[in-house]
Amino acid sequence: MQVRVLVRLKPGVLDPQGRAVHHALEGMGFAGVEDVRIGRLIELDVTDGTDEATIRQMCEKLLANTVIESFTIEGASESAN
Amino acid sequence: MAFRAAVITFPGSNCDRDMATALEAVSGTPALRMWHGDADLPGQLDLIALPGGFSYGDYLRSGAMAANSPIMRAVVAAATRGVPVLGVCNGFQVLTEARLLPGALLRNAGQRFICRTVGLTVENTGTLFTAGYTQGEHVRIPVAHHDGNFYADADTLDRIEGEGRVAFRYAESCNGSARDIAGVLSANGRVLGMMPHPERAIEPAAVAGLGGTDGRRLFESMLNQLVSA
Repeated sequence: MQVRVLVRLKPGVLDPQGRAVHHALEGMGFAGVEDVRIGRLIELDVTDGTDEATIRQMCEKLLANTVIESFTIEGASESAN
Repeated sequence: MAFRAAVITFPGSNCDRDMATALEAVSGTPALRMWHGDADLPGQLDLIALPGGFSYGDYLRSGAMAANSPIMRAVVAAATRGVPVLGVCNGFQVLTEARLLPGALLRNAGQRFICRTVGLTVENTGTLFTAGYTQGEHVRIPVAHHDGNFYADADTLDRIEGEGRVAFRYAESCNGSARDIAGVLSANGRVLGMMPHPERAIEPAAVAGLGGTDGRRLFESMLNQLVSA
């Protein structure tokens, strides 16, 4: 089964890449863009039934750096607890 | 007594040879060279050095993959026992990812790779890495990085400043780092991470503006502290 992990910079952490893309969009004439923040989508193909707690461990140990990033998990099986 | 230093090489490290050369130039003893896949470090080390470069191609985040390599488990265990660890540039990024140091290194605020010699102030001379400098001294050491923008939350910044854990600060704003922090120490003062490259400043300038010896004193400080200890 496929699990999606979305990793985002926490609010308040400067995102120079997002800022540059924001400027580019404005320069292309797109009006009304208030802010751009760039994150990362990680798609994991895992064994059916892999629970959210396991995916959470993957996120905390490697996929996200929780000093600067937050993450959300989509598609994992509910943790048995 | 010989100075036993180990330099770790990850796939994509590119300052490992410079680091080993600097250590040998100052100590007279060749550094041990370790590979990321090694599971164990030799005992009785005086220093573990994590060099600059682009370990694992900076995949995922700078330093993130290296922080989870087999050798880093041994480095974390050694650091916990009090073995001194120096991380320069990518080595600093690896140390934050391994949680041996607080904070994280973000993309430079100006988005650009910065490669030039910068002014630093020495903020704490009470460490084994900085004892050879004078408090508040202005030194010049090269930087070369894309992800050197030090970030930590305000509470963490207040804490590390209060504990004297800022070793070096940029004399002028460089890459957007919080409070212009260029080098950070662990709580016990025996792990130092810094973006500037002291190993690139160990010889007098052959050409005006290139080189210098301000980095050499960092290695001399370690040698004096550790060999005499």
